[in-house]
Amino acid sequence: MTDSQDMQAVEPQGREPLTLINVREGLFSAKGDTSGFDGLIKPVPMPGATERPYGEWFDGVVDILTELLGDRADEAIESVVVDRGELTLYIAAKHLLEVVTHLRDDQDLRFEMCLGVSGVHYPADKGRELHAAYPLLSITHNRHLRVEVAVDENDPHIPSVCSIYPMNNWHERETWDFFGIIFDGHPSLARIEMPDDWVGHPQRKDYPLGGIPIEYKGAEVDSPGERRQYR
Amino acid sequence: MNNPTAQATGAFTEDPDVPEYNVYGADWSETVEEAVRLGQQRIVMNMGPQHPSTHGVLRVMLEIEGETVTETRAGIGYLHTGIEKNMEYRTWTQGVTFCTRMDYVASMAQELVYCLGIEKLLGITDDIPERASILRVLMSELTRIGSHLVAIGTGGNELGATTIMTTSFIGREETFKVIEMITGLRTNNAYIRPGGVAQGLPEGGIKAIRDMIPQVRLRLDELVALQMENPILKGRLKNVAVVDLPSAMSLGITGPILRATGLPYDLRKSDPYCGYETYDFQVPTSTDADAWARMVLRMEECYESLKIVEQCADRLEALGDGPVMVADKKIAWPAQLSIGGDGQGNSPEHIRHIMGESMEALIHHFKLVTEGFDVPAGQVYQATEGPKGLLGVHLVSDGGAKPWRAHFRDPGFNNLQALSLMCEGGQVADVVVAIASIDMVLGGVDR
Repeated sequence: MTDSQDMQAVEPQGREPLTLINVREGLFSAKGDTSGFDGLIKPVPMPGATERPYGEWFDGVVDILTELLGDRADEAIESVVVDRGELTLYIAAKHLLEVVTHLRDDQDLRFEMCLGVSGVHYPADKGRELHAAYPLLSITHNRHLRVEVAVDENDPHIPSVCSIYPMNNWHERETWDFFGIIFDGHPSLARIEMPDDWVGHPQRKDYPLGGIPIEYKGAEVDSPGERRQYR
Repeated sequence: MNNPTAQATGAFTEDPDVPEYNVYGADWSETVEEAVRLGQQRIVMNMGPQHPSTHGVLRVMLEIEGETVTETRAGIGYLHTGIEKNMEYRTWTQGVTFCTRMDYVASMAQELVYCLGIEKLLGITDDIPERASILRVLMSELTRIGSHLVAIGTGGNELGATTIMTTSFIGREETFKVIEMITGLRTNNAYIRPGGVAQGLPEGGIKAIRDMIPQVRLRLDELVALQMENPILKGRLKNVAVVDLPSAMSLGITGPILRATGLPYDLRKSDPYCGYETYDFQVPTSTDADAWARMVLRMEECYESLKIVEQCADRLEALGDGPVMVADKKIAWPAQLSIGGDGQGNSPEHIRHIMGESMEALIHHFKLVTEGFDVPAGQVYQATEGPKGLLGVHLVSDGGAKPWRAHFRDPGFNNLQALSLMCEGGQVADVVVAIASIDMVLGGVDR
């Protein structure tokens, strides 16, 4: 989708590469970009790693988590992002279970509830195409943070958090169904929304929207996925 | 993947000598091994996929011994319409018309959480006019009343108590009259838009709200008189489908089911949005944690919502006419409608302006409607207290005019996981009570 030259422009300032959301090309999707901007190539990164102090209660939570993780903290916490008043912890997949166990059990963290897992596909983020975002909720402290795990789409394995957050059972099945992220250790990782014999993972960006062209008095309007429209 | 063994359910057979085994999601070979190991007859009953009342198409697989349910699995996905995928191909504003159709019993609750999410991404949360916030609270509470009345009504209907259903639906219709007057539609309103709401109160709006309140209260009182001392209803609902606090917490259950276990967790109080902290209302709780407690709780919440609706009417009256959209014309959708006899229509004033007076206004209108507005790159999670529990949305923007990803955490989807816990060990007849007390809508569950 892009060459290495364009990537240079968004070299991260933090220690881990930024999430590249998309590399936008031209002004219109599908065919027929007549805007004159069809040669435009614009990489769009996620807000980058935040420097301390993070503000609010964020520093405290990161400090406690770092202390609990000990010498694995550097490896486990890839980066900390504070954006729009929300704390996001990018966690390495293999340390996810340990991190969420601490987040749930420590009395000063106490994130009792995981509100599911939201998959996101970033095809431009090479080697980290599939992201799983876990919104965690602490009723005790009335706090909210996001744990995000990024994996390679060729090896999309993330440990299942079902043993720690049983409520994530169906949510992980949904994310497997739509994105093809394999949650290792899930009690029954079957499709949940699509039929059992469905092929493919429909929420991935390379999976077409589908639909049929609409005919109207001799003219034909392309299906929404194929239509010429603004990006 | 045309392998027939990959199907979830084994083939039906007419031969009585061949036992039949049902599979739900697990590996087929494991099921066969288990069947061989058990070597005994099991009865697997399939409820649905069908449409029990207004919940939507749900399939429930029950393993039974006599009248006792020993294992329960819910099969969902029959109403999956790819709303989240479709939203990635529409502008942020068009997305409202998609998310409103998920849980079709609580349309505007989803519009609200989606728009609050977009506003957080845009960083304009504090710029929303007060009038718009009050209208949002008003709509969100009317939606809550409607959703709870459907839960109570269909719950009664499923037990054969048709009068509970008719009374509830009459009460809900009263809220619809006001909703239709203000938004133009009864359900699937697309009323709450990024930046505000589609339009302000029409003439006579305040009076309509005030006239509605006693009408809804009358139906609620009727329901109280009909239900609270009803021995049959008590017998069917009390101590049925119990989910205690630790179970609810481990299953991520929120909303009336969680509050029925004694935890007064309500986002309108703990993490207020739209100025909920300035309204005077209570969060009812119970400690019985059964289907009865949930039903009573929903009734009490309807009364509390009516209190909020009353305060909304007072505030709207005090504020008078004025803007219901952010001042930023780059975001404010030109949605100045004047409702005609058919419930829709353009504002003649706005049409005169763009067609007769200002070329720039016409270009601006055209650009905003066809292209939409850009939302700065990033991601947010917004949670609100939906009628059925914590309603969350995860939005990712790539800086363009369309969402990169919109994911909704429907409370029904999460809460339906508790069905097994509620049903196993109980009677077959109590399964419908459990389904009704969860109060999910499959349109929202499947999206």
